[in-house]
Amino acid sequence: MSAADTLEPESAPVEAIARKDLTEALLYLDGVTVTFDGFRALNALSFTVDPGEMRAIIGPNGAGKTTMMDCITGKTRPDKGDVFFNGGTTDLTKLDETQIATLGIGRKFQKPTVFESHTVLDNLRLALKGQRGALANIFKRETAAEREKIDAIFETIKLSEHRHRMGGDLSHGQKQWLEIGMLLAQDPKLLLVDEPVAGMTDAETAQTAELLREINANGHSVVVVEHDMTFVRDLGVRVMCLHEGAVLAEGTLDQVSANERVIEVYLGR
Amino acid sequence: MSTLTPQPVLLGRSGLVFLGVVLGAAVLVPLLNLATSPDSALHVPTYVVSLLGKYLTYALLALSVDLIWGYVGILSLGHGAFFALGGYAMGMYLMRQIGPRGVYGDPVLPDFMVFLNWKELPWFWHGFDLFPFAALMVLLAPGILALVFGWFAFRSRVTGVYLSIITQAMTFALLLAFFRNDMGFGGNNGLTDFKDILGFNIQADGTRLVLFVLSALALALGYVLCRFLVRSHFGKVLIAIRDAETRVRFTGYRAENYKLVAFVVSAMLAGIAGALYVPQVGIINPGEFSPANSIEIIVWVAVGGRGTLIGAALGAVLVNYAKTYFTSGLLAPYWLFMLGGLFVAVTLFLPKGIVGTFYEWRDRRASATPADGGLPEPKPAE
Repeated sequence: MSAADTLEPESAPVEAIARKDLTEALLYLDGVTVTFDGFRALNALSFTVDPGEMRAIIGPNGAGKTTMMDCITGKTRPDKGDVFFNGGTTDLTKLDETQIATLGIGRKFQKPTVFESHTVLDNLRLALKGQRGALANIFKRETAAEREKIDAIFETIKLSEHRHRMGGDLSHGQKQWLEIGMLLAQDPKLLLVDEPVAGMTDAETAQTAELLREINANGHSVVVVEHDMTFVRDLGVRVMCLHEGAVLAEGTLDQVSANERVIEVYLGR
Repeated sequence: MSTLTPQPVLLGRSGLVFLGVVLGAAVLVPLLNLATSPDSALHVPTYVVSLLGKYLTYALLALSVDLIWGYVGILSLGHGAFFALGGYAMGMYLMRQIGPRGVYGDPVLPDFMVFLNWKELPWFWHGFDLFPFAALMVLLAPGILALVFGWFAFRSRVTGVYLSIITQAMTFALLLAFFRNDMGFGGNNGLTDFKDILGFNIQADGTRLVLFVLSALALALGYVLCRFLVRSHFGKVLIAIRDAETRVRFTGYRAENYKLVAFVVSAMLAGIAGALYVPQVGIINPGEFSPANSIEIIVWVAVGGRGTLIGAALGAVLVNYAKTYFTSGLLAPYWLFMLGGLFVAVTLFLPKGIVGTFYEWRDRRASATPADGGLPEPKPAE
C-alpha cells in the first residue's frame, strides 16, 4: 500500500470544504467526463453559472451539449468530475432526476415534450410547484393561490386562449412555449433550455428570446443551448462554445464568433 | 374569464348511464327471477343469474386492468394471478365452512388434505374459517404480491414489453406452484364442493341472487373508485406517465410510486372480482393462473375500449357472452380462432374499441356544430 492511498481518505473532506468555500456559483461543473462506448461525449468539461445569470451555449452537433444537460439533471452519471449546485452545497451526481427537479433545476427538452392528452391548463397544473406525493395527490384540490400563479404564467407565455385545448393539438411553437411555461410553473432556480427555437418562425423566435429574457429578469438563472445565431444575439448574454466535450471559447457573442477555432469547427468561413 | 375553470364532473353522462345500467340490472334481474313464473318469457332462470354474475366479476376484473393499462400504460399480462389469489382466499374460507360434511368427514381438514394423509392444517390455512379474515386476505394477498412485484419492477424502471413479459412469467410461476399438491391449495383440482357461505347454502337460489347483486354493487363501486382516481390530480399524473414518463420525472414526480399505487389498487380490485367469482362458479383451480386467461382480459379491454373504464366492463360482458354462446354450439371448436380474429379485427379496424370509437364520434359531432363562443367542455381523461 502506497502513501498516496492512505492519504486519500483524509484529503477528500478537506477538498470538499474548500470547494464549498470557493464557489458562490449556482451551478459548478469541474472536470466532468462522460464516455459512451469509448466515445468521449464530455472531456473534462468545467464551467460555472452564477445566480441570476443567463448563459447561451453553442457548438456543433456532438459537442456534448445535451450530455452536459443529462449530467446536470441526473439522467447520466459522469465517469469523472464534480457537478455542484447551490454554491457547492449539493452534489448533483448523487441524486436522481426527481430529486434534482425538486431541488430547483428545470429542463426543457430538445424535442418539445408536453403531456399531449392533457389540456394546456392541466399541463401547467401538473408542473406547478407543490405536492408531489402519490397518495396526497389523490385528494388534492386546486387553491386560489395556485390558480393565480397559473393565470400569471398564462400571461407570460401568451397561451391563455388555448387553455382548454389538448397539449397534443398545439402547434410546434406553442408546444415550446407551453413547455417553457411548465418550467416556470416548477419555479426552478435554474432553467436548462435545449434548442427552444428549433422549427420556429422568425417572429416566434424573437418572441421566445423576449420570453427568456423576461424569465431571467425575474431572477431565474437560465442556460440556453441553441444553434440559431440571430436568437443568441437577441438574448444578448455571455456565450460559451462547446467542442468535443470541452469549452472552446467563452465571452460575448462577438468575441466568441471572432475566435479562430470557433470559426473553424463551428461557424465555418 | 380566467378564473372560470370548469368544475370537473366525477361521473359525466356516460358514467351515469353506466351506473344506471349496472344498478338497474342489480334490481331488475333478481326481480325477473323472483316475480315471474318460470313459463313467462320474461323469466330469468337462476343459472342465468349466476352466469350474469360471473360476467359482472369479469367486468370488474377488466376495469382493474384498464386502470393500469388504459391510464398508466402498464400492459399487465398477468392480472389473472391477482384475480385467482382473491379467488383462492375466498375458496379457502368456503373450504373451511364445509367442516365435517366432507367426503372423509374430518371436522377441520379439507378433503384433499385427508387424501394426502396430512395430519394437521398448514399454518397459512389458519384464520380462514373466519369470514372477516378471509375478506381481508382477498385484498391483502393480491395487494402484497402487487406491492412487492411492482416495487422491484417499477424501481428498476422495467417498462413496455419487458414488463408485460415478467407479469406473464409471474402468473405462469404461480400456475406451476399451485399445481403442486404440497403447496397446500388442492393442487390440480383446486378448491371445490363448497357447501355454504356465511351460513347460507351456496347452491340456494336466494344466495345466488344475493351474490349477483353484490357483484353488481362491486362493479358499480369499483367504477366510481377508478373514475375518482383517474380524474384526480393523482390520475392526471398517471396519464402523464403513460404519455411521457421522463417528463414526469423531470417535473419532480416519483413516477414509480404513482405506478405502484395504481398497480396495488388494481390488483386488489382484481382480487375482489376473484372472490365474488368463486362462490358463483363453485370452483377455483390453478387454471385461473394460466397465461392465456390473463391475455383474454386484455382482449376484453381492447374490444370495449382501452382507457374508458366503461369500455373495459362492456368488453368483458360482450366477449364473455359471445364465449358462452359460441362454445355451446356447432362453432365450439372454433372459439379460440374467433377470439383471436376478434382481437386482430379490433386492433386493425377499431383501435379505440367500441366505447372509444363512440366517444370519438360524439366529440367530432360536437366540434362540427359551430362553437357558441363559450368554454368548450374539457375532454374527460378518456
